[in-house]
Amino acid sequence: MFRNQYDTDVTTWSPAGRLFQVEYAMEAVKQGSAAIGLRSKSHVVLACVNKTNSELSSHQKKIFKADDHIGVAIAGLTADGRVLSRYMRSECINYSYSYESPLPVGRLVVQLADKAQVCTQRSWKRPYGVGLLVAGLDESGAHLYYNCPSGNYFEYQAFAIGSRSQAAKTYLERRFEKFMGSSRDDLLKDALFAIRETLQGEKLTSSICTVAVVGVGEAFHILDQGTVQALIEAFEIAGEEAPASEPTAADQPPPEPGVAADQGAPAEHDAAPMDI
Amino acid sequence: MKLLDSTDSGNSSSIERTQYPYVTGTSVIGIKYKDGILMAADMGASYGSTLRYKSVERVKPVGKHSLIGASGEISDFQEILRSLDELILYDNMWDDGNSLGPKEVHNYLTRMMYNRRNKFDPLWNSLVLGGVKNGQKYLGMVSMIGVHFEDNHVATGFGNHLARPILRDEWHENLTFEDGVKLLEKCMRVLLYRDRSAVNKLQIAKITEEGVTVSQPYALKTFWNFNAFQNPTAGAEGSW
Repeated sequence: MFRNQYDTDVTTWSPAGRLFQVEYAMEAVKQGSAAIGLRSKSHVVLACVNKTNSELSSHQKKIFKADDHIGVAIAGLTADGRVLSRYMRSECINYSYSYESPLPVGRLVVQLADKAQVCTQRSWKRPYGVGLLVAGLDESGAHLYYNCPSGNYFEYQAFAIGSRSQAAKTYLERRFEKFMGSSRDDLLKDALFAIRETLQGEKLTSSICTVAVVGVGEAFHILDQGTVQALIEAFEIAGEEAPASEPTAADQPPPEPGVAADQGAPAEHDAAPMDI
Repeated sequence: MKLLDSTDSGNSSSIERTQYPYVTGTSVIGIKYKDGILMAADMGASYGSTLRYKSVERVKPVGKHSLIGASGEISDFQEILRSLDELILYDNMWDDGNSLGPKEVHNYLTRMMYNRRNKFDPLWNSLVLGGVKNGQKYLGMVSMIGVHFEDNHVATGFGNHLARPILRDEWHENLTFEDGVKLLEKCMRVLLYRDRSAVNKLQIAKITEEGVTVSQPYALKTFWNFNAFQNPTAGAEGSW
């Protein structure tokens, strides 16, 4: 039942210097259905896979708008994700009440990370079981961040979280170097291809994925199902043919622009979460 | 001293609030010019109608991109400067390359002024806020009750009546620094002649993309030998 005697409490260290409860929370992110994000100079695209619990139910919402310039895609415990996206919304609206300008994305991400960190240091709390891909646009351009339950955060060019996200990451790693100069539609195309990678052969339709965009002159919004279906058909992604890509250096690690320079290896393989 | 007793809050402790200002500064003028914003204010502060202090700085920089000028209660202005210092400090502590621009500071002050008036405890000032950030010039005003607006030229108090008509006639988008200063001096001279609380010691502050400079205090040349000045009550029938 228990992995060991040091995992019953968030605040208890193992002799090896690990916090098992926090690591379990990081595992919860991998259980959730996949979410991916990628950005160019001017746009960020988020996409996620909608899983239904039963044939009879609808799927849960996994992409949330925090403000006109910020949106978030989640993987893990959806309930925790909703709580955190409500927090993000209120931070955004409070900032624009005080300053009549949009909250810088990096600041929201730090506040979110600090909130998650507190849960790893209080005996009466539990870490959030959700990973968040935060997409946003501010004065310094387009940004994509990943926030995890441990309280760490990283900025990415492109990233994928959730179940079978490794396949999407491999796809993105092969192509990310071109993303900075990509057009909005190129990003959407790559987002849909990356999402398809996580499906493992299942047919990609607009009913099993959600796509959202934010960019210069374009407030964050979730694309409606018709638009997504049109994109899938236009790009002919639905089928099983290989993505039209020239493989570049396939073993390139994903970019870690500055933010997490001292955080060791990036999370490109399924390493133990606390190794991040 | 008239104090207001608050009895509506339910608890028995009565809150006392100052109902009028004590030490006040007079007009501030601000204009946009080619490269940024210019602001002028004299250095007098009156205790009631007595010219009590003569070296009060009423124009101050706020962070890297903004300039604030105040008329009205000097102690309230000092309180505002204290809280803006704190605001800028906390903003810098993020250390993330983002910083508050003049628009943000202006809105923050608007919220502060309106919030205090809602507590029936206003900060007794008219504030002028100017600045430049990312090549954008910004100039605005907030009153003690939270009324706020932006314009190409603004003035508080008496300046509203005596300086703004001049500015409406003579201000244009491409004023050079020299022409801007001349225009401000023209306004300040009119105010000096006609506003009894004005003193002949003023500072002019400049903010551009490069940063803030506040001039050393200096005096304007005046000429008091006009007939109307020699015999001010002539023709004013019924006046003493």
